[in-house]
Amino acid sequence: MISVKNLKKSFGDNEVLKDISLDVDSQEVVVVIGPSGSGKSTFIRCLNMLETINGGQVLIDGKDLTDKNTNINTIRTDVGMVFQHFNLFPHKTILDNITLAPMNVRKMKKKEAEEKAMGLLEKVGLAEKASAYPESLSGGQKQRVAIARALAMEPKIMLFDEPTSALDPEMVGEVLEVMKQLAKDGMTMIVVTHEMGFAREVGDRVIFMDNGYIIEQNEPTALFDKPQHKRTKAFLSKVL
Amino acid sequence: MDFRFEIVQDYMPFFLKGMAVTIGVSLAGILIGLILGLFIALGNMSSNKLIRLPFNIYINIFRGTPLLVQLLIIHFGIVPMFMSPSDPLVSLIIGLSLNSAAYIAEIFRAGIQSIDKGQMEAARSLGMTRVQAMKLVILPQAVKRVIPPLGNEFIVLLKESSLGSVLAAPELMYWGRAAAGQYIRIWEPYLTVALIYLVLTLSLTYLMNYVERRMKTDDLR
Ligand SMILES: Nc1ncnc2c1ncn2[C@@H]1O[C@H](COP(=O)(O)OP(=O)(O)O)[C@@H](O)[C@H]1O
Ligand SMILES: [Mg+2]
Repeated sequence: MISVKNLKKSFGDNEVLKDISLDVDSQEVVVVIGPSGSGKSTFIRCLNMLETINGGQVLIDGKDLTDKNTNINTIRTDVGMVFQHFNLFPHKTILDNITLAPMNVRKMKKKEAEEKAMGLLEKVGLAEKASAYPESLSGGQKQRVAIARALAMEPKIMLFDEPTSALDPEMVGEVLEVMKQLAKDGMTMIVVTHEMGFAREVGDRVIFMDNGYIIEQNEPTALFDKPQHKRTKAFLSKVL
Repeated sequence: MDFRFEIVQDYMPFFLKGMAVTIGVSLAGILIGLILGLFIALGNMSSNKLIRLPFNIYINIFRGTPLLVQLLIIHFGIVPMFMSPSDPLVSLIIGLSLNSAAYIAEIFRAGIQSIDKGQMEAARSLGMTRVQAMKLVILPQAVKRVIPPLGNEFIVLLKESSLGSVLAAPELMYWGRAAAGQYIRIWEPYLTVALIYLVLTLSLTYLMNYVERRMKTDDLR
């Protein structure tokens, strides 16, 4: 589903991703962990071209992102993204937040888009908030709406960049619950997170990144209980 | 100081006519300036340096030279190429539009850039094109932030339209100068004209404050 080969990315002189290769299967849930500044966000942002790629290759569902003829906007409809700070559209109601892209990108009829949006809102437990504005929602509710908004485009892959890091602790659970359900439904997911419990329970594979490299990857239990690499051990001893 | 009110009285119809023209050219200037300004702002924010360049030059020229000079060049140099004799009102409207477009472009740019980067990223990540994201997500939010500075720009424009008197465009200041010349008096015509400008700009300020308050109350969205 996703195939990354020798991906390189620099900001000016600062090489942030040095040589990343990774294959992700359909329906697989990959959790990415690592210290702050190690390039986790940059990596998943390269997967939907929010960052331009400096070297290597990224294939999404067989389509090459680095090929000039690939239509980035079509790729992006296949790759949903959930951000740390939600990025809901503050001037739109919750319902309009969700229907905006389906109606304008997929040219879906308003009625159909709204029915679909209501279905998704029910799925994330927020149907009663349809006509509210983002301002009036709690962080956890905002993030659930953001997930529903991404799902409305029927993506094949979902990327999550620290979706619970900006939340008060009591709201982390409700968002992780929605993500667990999504994983159960068979979504292909890449999740950057510090929630090791989630990684263990839901992840098929955990990747440890440091300093622009993938240092180590394994099944969650193996990686958490028997880390092979010195830097993985050092990191885990700090966060676990 | 003897203040001869009958001069004010005699000239009032002309002052009122001039006021209407002042309001008219300022409105025309700001409306055309808005359209041009949005276009220039978007051009000036292109990711392509070569596309940015002409818009950038435009903004610098019109903000970096006096409006009076621009008006004289437009009226005596450019408009006569298309129209003879050149109509001072047409020249004045063109001058005010082109000049305000440069300032408005910068107002729009500041407004657009004040919107959190995450908004554009979220829109793009949902598959919207840059144009769609601008139209549906960024501009509707930027509009609220640019209304106060646009109000200021309109007030500035209204006052600067008085430079039209140099071209003999029959706006408010023109009639003030005409009265001053006819009666050889200073205080009556110029104080009257000043007062009318003041009433206009203060009303606008009041209107702007009202609009801003209104926007704040339904800003919780
Ligand atoms: N837009 C950018 N411009 C310049 N440097 C950036 C930008 N985004 C990220 N970086 C740098 O790239 C490095 C990795 O950042 P990031 O991918 O956000 O790490 P992580 O998500 O693992 O904390 C950091 O050193 C950061 O300063
Ligand atoms: Mg990050």
